[in-house]
Amino acid sequence: MKKILMPVVMVAVLAIIPYVGVEFLKLDYLFGVVIPYTATALFIAGFLYRIADWLIRPVPFRIPTTAGQEKSLDWIKRNRFESPYHAWEAVARVLSEVLLFRSLFRNTRAELHKDASLAYASDKWLWLGGLAFHWSLLVIVLRHTRFFFVMVPGFADFLDHADSFFDVTLPAFYISDALALGAITFLTARRFFDAKVRMISLPTDYFPLFLIGGIVLAGILMRYVVRLNIMPVKDHMLQLMHFGFDPPGQIGTLFYVHLFLISVLLVYFPLSKLMHMGAIFLSPTRNLCNNSREKRHVNPWNSDIRFRTYSEYEDEFREKMKKAGLPVEKQ
Amino acid sequence: MAKYVPNLPELKKELDEKPSILKGNHSQKEWWDLPVEFREGNWCFPGKPEVIEELGFPNPRKWAATDEDWQLPEGWQKTISDGLKSRLKKYRSLKLFLDTCVRCGACADKCHFFLGTGDPKNMPVLRAELLRSVYRNDFPLVEKILKGFSGSRKLTAQVIKEWHMYFNQCTECRRCSVFCPFGIDTAEITILARELLNLIGVNNNWILAPVANCNRTGNHLGIEPHTFVQNIVSLVDDIEELTGITVEPTFNRKGAEVLFITPSGDVFGDPGVYTMMGYLLLFHHIGLDYTISTYASEGGNFGFFTSNDMMKKLNAKMYHEAKRLGVKWLLGGECGHMWRVVHQYMNTMNGPADFLELPVSPVTGTKFRNAAATKMVHIAEFTADLIHNGKLKLDPKRNDHLKTTFHDSCNVARGMGMFEEPRSILRNVCNSFHEMPENTIREQTFCCGSGSGLNAEEYMDIRMRGGFPRAHAVRSVREKHKVDSLVTICAIDRASLTPLMRYWNPGVTVYGLHELVGNALVMEGEKKRTEDLRENPMAGFEDGEDDEN
Repeated sequence: MKKILMPVVMVAVLAIIPYVGVEFLKLDYLFGVVIPYTATALFIAGFLYRIADWLIRPVPFRIPTTAGQEKSLDWIKRNRFESPYHAWEAVARVLSEVLLFRSLFRNTRAELHKDASLAYASDKWLWLGGLAFHWSLLVIVLRHTRFFFVMVPGFADFLDHADSFFDVTLPAFYISDALALGAITFLTARRFFDAKVRMISLPTDYFPLFLIGGIVLAGILMRYVVRLNIMPVKDHMLQLMHFGFDPPGQIGTLFYVHLFLISVLLVYFPLSKLMHMGAIFLSPTRNLCNNSREKRHVNPWNSDIRFRTYSEYEDEFREKMKKAGLPVEKQ
Repeated sequence: MAKYVPNLPELKKELDEKPSILKGNHSQKEWWDLPVEFREGNWCFPGKPEVIEELGFPNPRKWAATDEDWQLPEGWQKTISDGLKSRLKKYRSLKLFLDTCVRCGACADKCHFFLGTGDPKNMPVLRAELLRSVYRNDFPLVEKILKGFSGSRKLTAQVIKEWHMYFNQCTECRRCSVFCPFGIDTAEITILARELLNLIGVNNNWILAPVANCNRTGNHLGIEPHTFVQNIVSLVDDIEELTGITVEPTFNRKGAEVLFITPSGDVFGDPGVYTMMGYLLLFHHIGLDYTISTYASEGGNFGFFTSNDMMKKLNAKMYHEAKRLGVKWLLGGECGHMWRVVHQYMNTMNGPADFLELPVSPVTGTKFRNAAATKMVHIAEFTADLIHNGKLKLDPKRNDHLKTTFHDSCNVARGMGMFEEPRSILRNVCNSFHEMPENTIREQTFCCGSGSGLNAEEYMDIRMRGGFPRAHAVRSVREKHKVDSLVTICAIDRASLTPLMRYWNPGVTVYGLHELVGNALVMEGEKKRTEDLRENPMAGFEDGEDDEN
């Protein structure tokens, strides 16, 4: 339980900080300008540092996990995407992981039944939950670009329309909000109720779920419940986009909670497992071609190893070799 | 030996009744609080001092995993932490795999050791977490403020014991990496964790003795050149007796077109020797100009289970010998990890092999462009091409006494992607072939439970559990299709699936693919065949049958 309570408390405390700060201490400028700028800078620098830190490390061996038929004889049908041979096939393989969660789609559930019997069932829930979670967050982030530009970008408008297809509330209800909350609930419940996943979960796994959940909830409350005036928010975001340092106008406190939690997420991101966002592109078991027998892969630090040569071997066994009728180099 | 084998009714009862998180029973403890208990059957004997000394490895001593004090060398914590740091610099894979895991749990129930033991630390994610938790301790400040937040811990002697136990309950089979959304490969973590353990003398004699032997004599068993030749000659005699054909392998012959290298298990071990007889018959059948080396007489590479430098050292002999003999290209026998090494490492480590030529089948003229740089062709690719071009005279009825299924070896499956070649051969040399359930074959194949150098007698308890998912899949085709023959293309499989079948599925026999090829080959000038290569009667070929008809 401690594993869950600790991050719950952390997110609650993090949400209260800006509330107190703005509502009682009038620190609008700190929470509206200083922290968002700092957090964004730390995020960009941290993210780039982590990627660079991976990229400078060599890939000594070509180690794709081959999940399909290799290219060998002409008449054997090869699997282009599970055992890529050309670079574009490897790119497609990585993109299928990034966009469609290909490997999770394979997921099965193993069950041990009576009479020492194993059964495997297809288990796509994790795939579905993960996909709903990531895609809805992406849509939400893209939708938010309307706050960052004077002219609302075309795709943001389009997403807005598509996302509010079920026009049941006022303002229009976003499908992505519901999906995100539902997915977070599912992913959290899964961590708690599945015996295996509960055991492997760490506070650092619950924390980002709750943090993102907090951000989404604050956003939903602003839109549907508190009905925050949106104009000063957009004005403020636009001036931040132009590196302005003017104090924010009259904005409800809930906005600062939303913004602060996002700032925390930005700072936490490069320090945590959330970096899987960048790592997924670099994974050597996925992004390399399975062509190591046709094209030599070069290891920049290839160790200089002294091995036992044939002549050393013959020196030890020469007489025995001669007796056995084996040809020798030296008599 | 028997004392290390788990009692079958007791193990079945345990699988049926013992609560485990695999069955959904919640654990009362966190994983880091679970004890590490060594008992008979769950640890491999450590490297003998003389073996360690021969290899020049650190900390030779007499010890056992059940000892309280493992006599770790002075400053071992620093050795491990420096070793980890240097490997993080050399391998992007290690750094990425330690950093990236989100603990989604997709890998959890994919490991054969987890399915067979129910031990939480055999979930691949936790296996990696054993190392990850120590790696994370590099940020002690975070841990001080938020104790337990990121699950980091200190490196203690207890952690080393845990590593030794669980990095030796991983056969580097890569099944988990197929399911991981980031392709995190536990094999990579195990390989490097075992390297670290070797730095402080925490090791396995069943791996290191073959390494030392292979370095000195050229093969794992330490067979000297004259004995190596004698053994193959005795197989030649057996072939002559069975078929009336005299095959004529040559040894260390300069100027041959092809150097053939196979695991030494095929030369010395039952049932590997029958596969060897199959190769010899095949090469005779097509008149291949080949030679076998006593110096590079080992296809397998237990260096791969020790350290990447040792893998390179042992593997170097292949090209060295090919160059000395002046052959055109290399042909490799049936083996699992050998082919992971040849396919994904050899040319990088010991190439470029400019002195060799693009492999071309002398019989069909097929150019093996997929091996254009490494210049080594897998025997299954070679034979599949021969059959496809109608160059072999085969009588699949000669295997009618066998109902077969095919076991994909982990390394060949997930480290090479060879699935169709062996199947195509099998369909042509026998009439009865049934696939095991789809979650247990091809890229999802289950390991034999004894790969990566864990094939030791004293490890039977873990091996029989680890092999349970594979055995269970065989059981299902045995019940459905009366399958009695498990065909493989891996020397470790041939050695380890045999006791596994005896334990879980008595009546199922393990075969090498080329043994079945050898059975089916109709040789020119052969005498009437009534028995297969094991001298078992073939169905429909009984003595005198022809005369009566």
